[in-house]
Amino acid sequence: MTTPTTQSEPLILEMRSITKEFPGVKALSNVNLKVKAGEIHAICGENGAGKSTLMKVLSGVYPYGSYSGDIIYQNEVQQFKDIRASEHAGIVIIHQELALIPELSITENIFLGNEPTKRGVIDWAEARRRSLELLARVGLRDDPDTPIKEIGVGKQQLVEIAKALNKSVKLLILDEPTAALNESDSQHLLDLILGLKAKGITSIIISHKLNEIEQIADSITIIRDGKSIETLNVKADGVDEDRIIKGMVGRTLESRFPDHEPKIGEVFFEVKNWTVGHPQIPDRLVCKNSSFYVRRGEIVGFAGLMGAGRTELARSVFGRSYGRFISGHIYVDGKEVHLHNVRQAIDAGLGYVTEDRKTLGLNLLDDIKTTTVSANLKKISKNFVVDANKEFAVAEQYRKSLRTKAPTVQEGVAKLSGGNQQKVVLAKWMFTEPELLILDEPTRGIDVGAKYEIYGIIQRLANQGKGVIVISSELPELLGLSDRIYAIFEGAITGVLNKDEATQESLMKLMTSSRKAA
Amino acid sequence: MNALKKLFGGNTRQFGMIFALVALIVFFQIFTEGRTLTPGNVINLFNGNSYILILAIGMVLVIIAGHIDLSVGSVAAFVGVTVALAIRDWGIPWYMGVLLGLGLGALIGAWQGFWTAYVGIPAFIVTLAGMLLFRGFNQFVGKSNTIPVPQDFQYLGSGYLPEVGPNTGYNNLTLLLGLIAVAFVVYGELRARRNAKALGAEVPEGWVMATKLILICGAILYATYLFATGRPGTSFPVPGLILAVLVLIYGFISSKTVVGRHIYAVGGNRHAAELSGVQSKKVNFLVMMNMSILAGLAGMIFVGRSTASGPFDGVGWELDAIAAVFIGGAAVTGGVGTVIGSIVGGLVMAVLNNGLQLLGVGADLTQIIKGLVLLAAVAFDVYNKTQGKKSIIGMMMKNFGRTPTVLQPDETTKTKEVISKEV
Repeated sequence: MTTPTTQSEPLILEMRSITKEFPGVKALSNVNLKVKAGEIHAICGENGAGKSTLMKVLSGVYPYGSYSGDIIYQNEVQQFKDIRASEHAGIVIIHQELALIPELSITENIFLGNEPTKRGVIDWAEARRRSLELLARVGLRDDPDTPIKEIGVGKQQLVEIAKALNKSVKLLILDEPTAALNESDSQHLLDLILGLKAKGITSIIISHKLNEIEQIADSITIIRDGKSIETLNVKADGVDEDRIIKGMVGRTLESRFPDHEPKIGEVFFEVKNWTVGHPQIPDRLVCKNSSFYVRRGEIVGFAGLMGAGRTELARSVFGRSYGRFISGHIYVDGKEVHLHNVRQAIDAGLGYVTEDRKTLGLNLLDDIKTTTVSANLKKISKNFVVDANKEFAVAEQYRKSLRTKAPTVQEGVAKLSGGNQQKVVLAKWMFTEPELLILDEPTRGIDVGAKYEIYGIIQRLANQGKGVIVISSELPELLGLSDRIYAIFEGAITGVLNKDEATQESLMKLMTSSRKAA
Repeated sequence: MNALKKLFGGNTRQFGMIFALVALIVFFQIFTEGRTLTPGNVINLFNGNSYILILAIGMVLVIIAGHIDLSVGSVAAFVGVTVALAIRDWGIPWYMGVLLGLGLGALIGAWQGFWTAYVGIPAFIVTLAGMLLFRGFNQFVGKSNTIPVPQDFQYLGSGYLPEVGPNTGYNNLTLLLGLIAVAFVVYGELRARRNAKALGAEVPEGWVMATKLILICGAILYATYLFATGRPGTSFPVPGLILAVLVLIYGFISSKTVVGRHIYAVGGNRHAAELSGVQSKKVNFLVMMNMSILAGLAGMIFVGRSTASGPFDGVGWELDAIAAVFIGGAAVTGGVGTVIGSIVGGLVMAVLNNGLQLLGVGADLTQIIKGLVLLAAVAFDVYNKTQGKKSIIGMMMKNFGRTPTVLQPDETTKTKEVISKEV
């Protein structure tokens, strides 16, 4: 571990051997973080490495007592019991999902929960005067009476920072601040953070965009699998993107994969020039001119960081169930098909297993058998009457073949563990007999044993000559499973690598920049 | 106690409410000194509540799908007055009147379904508007007058099964109906059990089913006896017959058909349903439309019973129907509820009403008690949601039901196990 800190430089924050456990999972284990006063400190790591958890510990979202270890802030051990307590101490966190109220004006949002009052009545004149001052500091020239919904995401981000400044912030935490911003907005934001630094405000920035980190960070702490790996001093250590990537992915494969001999056939599914707009924001694209294909018997991986547009691509292809369709073509067996809704997509042989099992994948009121047949009721019914015997038989058959652990198929899905719920969802889609099954984060929140079984199921499907698309944030999983991997960055496909040429480093490079594959 | 556990345990959610209903009946039977379970009173109870129960059938589907319909009383009134006028002024026969009423109900339902499903306005607002709109139409069309309907139309609301066959001292058709119902229940139960066994599903022990069947059949036969021995000229009422047919049809639709599945799916998790290929807009449209058709039917039955259509028919019906559905175990958030449960819920309210009336309790106190019952029922439901259970029934059956088998959070196979299996 390289510790460039010398004793002479004062620390504003030290987190000492922080350990945070969730039931069954150790999210953080002995994490150390030292942030010097007045610096910009970046935290890097893969999705799920524990960055956000660490910041939630720091800001009091996980209160004192729910973790072990010490937080020393401004030379005092702190015991934050909630966000208010940490904000009171001058630590403000700005989340990726902005916490602004769209219908309220800029001023109202800045002073929300913190309104200046005169004899118990809100003093709007004072609020407006102060918000003008704050907006000038963040370089926003809009009228403070403008409703939030009428300004772009970039400006909203600035309002969040103005709100933080109003709380006399000393330590500003930004979680993926530029994830939703375009290039010029991003640059403006980065300049602002540098400007705040000049005024003595310390920032912790979490970002997947390594070029930005290289540009503004003074030091970088890398977190991997819930452990702090190293802290780099950007200038002294001569850190570049490759060095950060190496730190982020440098691990051996922990999960095992069943052996698999791919039997790859001809191309049967193809998407060309797929462009889709954001469902609410008019001029934002979530998929930019993306083209890809899948061959029979092939497992195709989609790699990309959170928010890169993987799910958006998959769902928009799956019967336009996400976003505003703008242009693009889908070909099945060489023939163009038009899939306007999910029903048509299912009938055309597509299946989509969502990443969000609980809110999009399951009706938690249902039992296993009802869920299993829910996407293909036609097959077990005659004259629109569901044949309960067939339903039971089908569910039972899948329960056995997928080894779902449940006493009976009458068991409610809400009672099952994550791995078994996922098996039920898989059963539901396998029962629709898709030619192409899209799996979005198929092993999220599932323990290692169940992961192994799900990998086996995916490979069996491929062996039957079906196409499988696997979207995953876990690079080892993609590398272990896929025959070919597409990388997505900001809604565009930035490259495709065959199994033998893909490495974590090469993928991470494609996933974090718009540069084409070398 | 153990016997009760087995009898009422499992997933038969209606049993809790049936239990409450029986307790209520017994209570009133004792305290009214036997005036509750007389043929006259039971027939009255059915006649006077059949239209609310018909509304409850439609309402439970609406609520399962995650909506609400406040307009049913006004729709019923509007349909009632239109049919009454058509029969009086155009001289159409009663069956054409019924067809007209159902058609008008469908049209109104399509209107409300359009705004709810395709424009996306919450059903609460759409039907609140409908409540005003159709009440207004009722008074506009009928000029706030009372419009009488002819004898043959009244049969719909106050008729009885005719006397046929030899004089047995009972109403023969009612007896026949009761016997058919018993045969149907026994056959259905045996068949379901045989199928479940054949598939290897879990079935309760033989004596459990036998006791259950005896209780149900006993209840049916006793009701048959009451209906068949009423004052001469009375028997099983026509509205009751219509209700029974509707319960069968809608019970079947909701539990056994593709449409029924889709209604539960949309109410349970709309997004998941849509991603499974369910066309939720169509489902919402159908459910809203169906409600208004049934409201039209209820309105016509009421007009038939009260021999005339008036400007204040159906006021407050929506609340009675909604109360019946929630007492019957439906969840406010949608996705949960049954037709039979709602009927039982409606009967609980009806018996409560009737019993308190027989006891001479004033309308003021009756309303207070009914309000408290509704609140308590839904409070239990909400409380149970936070406890991770489904509904009031679960709560009421807490001491009777099997303790739910809580799975260990980590129920999946360990890697080692899997690998050893594969090898």
